Amino acid sequence: MADVNRGNRPLSPHLSVYHFSLTMFTSIMHRITGVGLTLGLVLVVWWFLAASTGPEYFETANAVLTSWFGIVILVGSLWALWFHACNGIRHLLWDVIIGLEKQLAQSTSVVVLVLSVLLTILTVVIV
Amino acid sequence: MSFLTDRKRVTGLGSAKDGTHHFVTQRVTAIALIVLVILFVLPFAYNVGESYDRVIEAYSHPINAIIAMAFFITAFLHLKLGLQVVIEDYVHGPFWRNFLLLSNTLFCWLFGLTGVFAVAKIAL
Repeated sequence: MADVNRGNRPLSPHLSVYHFSLTMFTSIMHRITGVGLTLGLVLVVWWFLAASTGPEYFETANAVLTSWFGIVILVGSLWALWFHACNGIRHLLWDVIIGLEKQLAQSTSVVVLVLSVLLTILTVVIV
Repeated sequence: MSFLTDRKRVTGLGSAKDGTHHFVTQRVTAIALIVLVILFVLPFAYNVGESYDRVIEAYSHPINAIIAMAFFITAFLHLKLGLQVVIEDYVHGPFWRNFLLLSNTLFCWLFGLTGVFAVAKIAL
């Protein structure tokens, strides 16, 4: 098998052959938001560590988190969190064979996207 | 010498070597996080940008402190399992795959413990 030429064969998965679908989009976003939330979580831990260290260090961390850059990451993480949570509930329901029908799965994609934006706005407004 | 039969040793473990442990833990932490995320994020978002004294006072309260610790433990466990799947899916080749899997485990434990330590220090 060592002398077989494998270089010109098409490789799986053939990502370019799929046309765009909402369920595909939310599935990909679930992964991206999950990985992205690492950054938000690390920032939050850093903020707590700074608060536990003392007032001076806390001011530094607080200044970073409340700068425009910090706000962008925090609000972005907030949306990622609500999306990942809502879509995660969708995945948990799929695990017990609820909502797997094609039309329903597509509708719940839209529900999750809209709900995550609404929850983000709601959270920013009430705090 | 083991008194287990060969059949008993392998039953249910499958090709992943740890059976359904990863799958089940991912879902158990997910269910816990639905509740913990709401309980953690609202007071946290409320306290970001507040003064040092207000933040220390808020997280000196046992309810806030216990929720924050439970959130950090559960979130970093869930994160570790999730990142592990992403690495297993996309990173091939023995060196980088094992390097990243090991780094992921150490990273999540380090930051999870740091979060718990920080909240404990504030609360106590």
